[in-house]
Amino acid sequence: MSNSKGRFGVHGGQYIPETLMNAVIELEEAYNHYKNDPDFNKELNDLLNEYAGRPSRLYFAEKMTKDLGGAKIYLKREDLNHTGAHKINNVLGQALLAKKMGKTRLIAETGAGQHGVATATAAALMGMECVVFMGEEDTKRQALNVYKMKLLGAEVVPVTSGTATLKDAVSEAMREWTSRISDTHYCLGSVMGPHPFPTIVRDFQAIISKEIKEQLMEKEGRLPDAVIACVGGGSNAIGTFYNFIEDSSVKLIGCEAAGRGIDTFETAATINTGRLGIFHGMKSYFCQDKYGQIAPVYSISAGLDYPGIGPEHAYLHDIHRAEYVAITDDEAVDAFEYLSRTEGIIPAIESSHALAYAIKIAPTMDNNKIIVVTISGRGDKDCAAIARYRGVDIND
Amino acid sequence: MSNIKKAFENGKAFIAFITCGDPDLETTKEAVIAAVKGGADLIELGIPFSDPTAEGPVIQGANLRALNGGVTTDKIFDFVVELRKFVSVPMVFMTYANVVYSYGSELFIGKCKEIGIDGLILPDLPFEEKEEFSGICDNYDIDLISLIAPTSENRIAMISKEAKGFLYIVSSLGVTGTRSNITTDLDSMVSLVRKNTDIPCAIGFGISTPEQAAKYSSISDGAIVGSAIIKLLEKHGKNAPKYIEDYVHSMKEAM
Repeated sequence: MSNSKGRFGVHGGQYIPETLMNAVIELEEAYNHYKNDPDFNKELNDLLNEYAGRPSRLYFAEKMTKDLGGAKIYLKREDLNHTGAHKINNVLGQALLAKKMGKTRLIAETGAGQHGVATATAAALMGMECVVFMGEEDTKRQALNVYKMKLLGAEVVPVTSGTATLKDAVSEAMREWTSRISDTHYCLGSVMGPHPFPTIVRDFQAIISKEIKEQLMEKEGRLPDAVIACVGGGSNAIGTFYNFIEDSSVKLIGCEAAGRGIDTFETAATINTGRLGIFHGMKSYFCQDKYGQIAPVYSISAGLDYPGIGPEHAYLHDIHRAEYVAITDDEAVDAFEYLSRTEGIIPAIESSHALAYAIKIAPTMDNNKIIVVTISGRGDKDCAAIARYRGVDIND
Repeated sequence: MSNIKKAFENGKAFIAFITCGDPDLETTKEAVIAAVKGGADLIELGIPFSDPTAEGPVIQGANLRALNGGVTTDKIFDFVVELRKFVSVPMVFMTYANVVYSYGSELFIGKCKEIGIDGLILPDLPFEEKEEFSGICDNYDIDLISLIAPTSENRIAMISKEAKGFLYIVSSLGVTGTRSNITTDLDSMVSLVRKNTDIPCAIGFGISTPEQAAKYSSISDGAIVGSAIIKLLEKHGKNAPKYIEDYVHSMKEAM
């Protein structure tokens, strides 16, 4: 692939319509310029610290550790960021970049609504127009986030095509971008899509592992034995992994949404059930049928309900540097309730997938081992849906 | 020599796009035969994809109807063998990269050659990624068609120089679909193409009326029409072929 850019092993690339090529080239050039620009970085750091509330805490979950009786568990509290999730890290970076490029309008896709809310927030702060595409199914599952986006001044477009979930929201945002490029930046929310998005989003999320490393060094004087994060497209996971990739003693574990199980059709576990393909601008693993039709995936979590995975994760899987496990709806809901009860922290249902795996493996590890679990977001948005899952009808 | 060239030997070329299996393959066969009778010089056969990101609502709908009707890549290969008994004009497949890649690129492209397909249009395969399939296409003598968009600007020369078959000039920003007004400076795009290649170029996206067909084929070598034909299929279903023949005839007449 001599002309191809943005490869992670065989994965990545730029499989997009010609109409968008100059837009991604312009974005890459702008990013390469600003990422080393001291003024840009100072402005971004100020926003991250003063506005988003970074650094996020690395919290020792003592009760959970005692209760599980094995490895020491730390929680990286991305849920404490402004807007309640890790998404703000990337959005502030991209919005600032878009502004420097002279763009006045942000468009975004959203699944659970966290990325949409973060984008609407950044647009409000920076005085930009904002349109968020959200699967109609997800606008129902996450009605509160739809309200928040509108409150922040964004337009929310319900997407009815396909399965009316995250993948369709991405498709619709891409279609919108091809029709209006000159004033519009597509603020992609995960480490996916065409180059340079997987790299840009990873760089903006890498602050998670940078902080974990520093904070754990301060608290324990050493590296963790494992870091665990949930994976849909994979932005909080790559953020959690990135600064540990070279530290071979640190296990990197991504938790995919198994939905009702990886042996059923109602799953979104891409690494566990997908195969190599080309979609949404990238070569990576995708849930698909034998003719390459993208599968209608399922997970209780709107944020993990995506049939693909970012190309860098696909590569980390290929070279056996990271391990990707599948967590079912049931396991995630149990973990959601467990952390609420045990530590008084209500995690997002997405992050609960990562917690569920920590709950499984911590008891099997020695008590001198250390696990860090990234709590990518807060669970307020999920309470109504989990209540329904448990048969409790509450008014949200 | 590329078989596709023949499509441009009969004056300005009218290129018709039809999604295979919308609403069923029997209708597709009649629709293609009708389009050729009406004067179509080249047929683009769409292989439906679950998530056609370059298509507007009309062709998205066709993809969905076709997939819901149970059509598959293998069924379409068999169908083309049958279709070739009735249709001699050049035919190309239009689909998405994953449909080819997941089938096995070599297997898919080899099959194209075997059944009489002359080219391949993949709207999600830009110049930078064409090597994914171009080597195999060359080996099997299948033209991998390049697209040029209103935003291509400095890329037109690079793309034109390596183009095969014909150049697909995208008239407007956005996705496929009929438009009442096309504002792109197509004249200067075409003249840049002409400076860099001898292969023919045709304009598509947004063309639906005979007036538009006349206008855009006058500045290029042909007009590509998809959504307007799909709308006839959407409206008339199995009875669409006779309307398609009349429609294509009116378009070709105007060119």
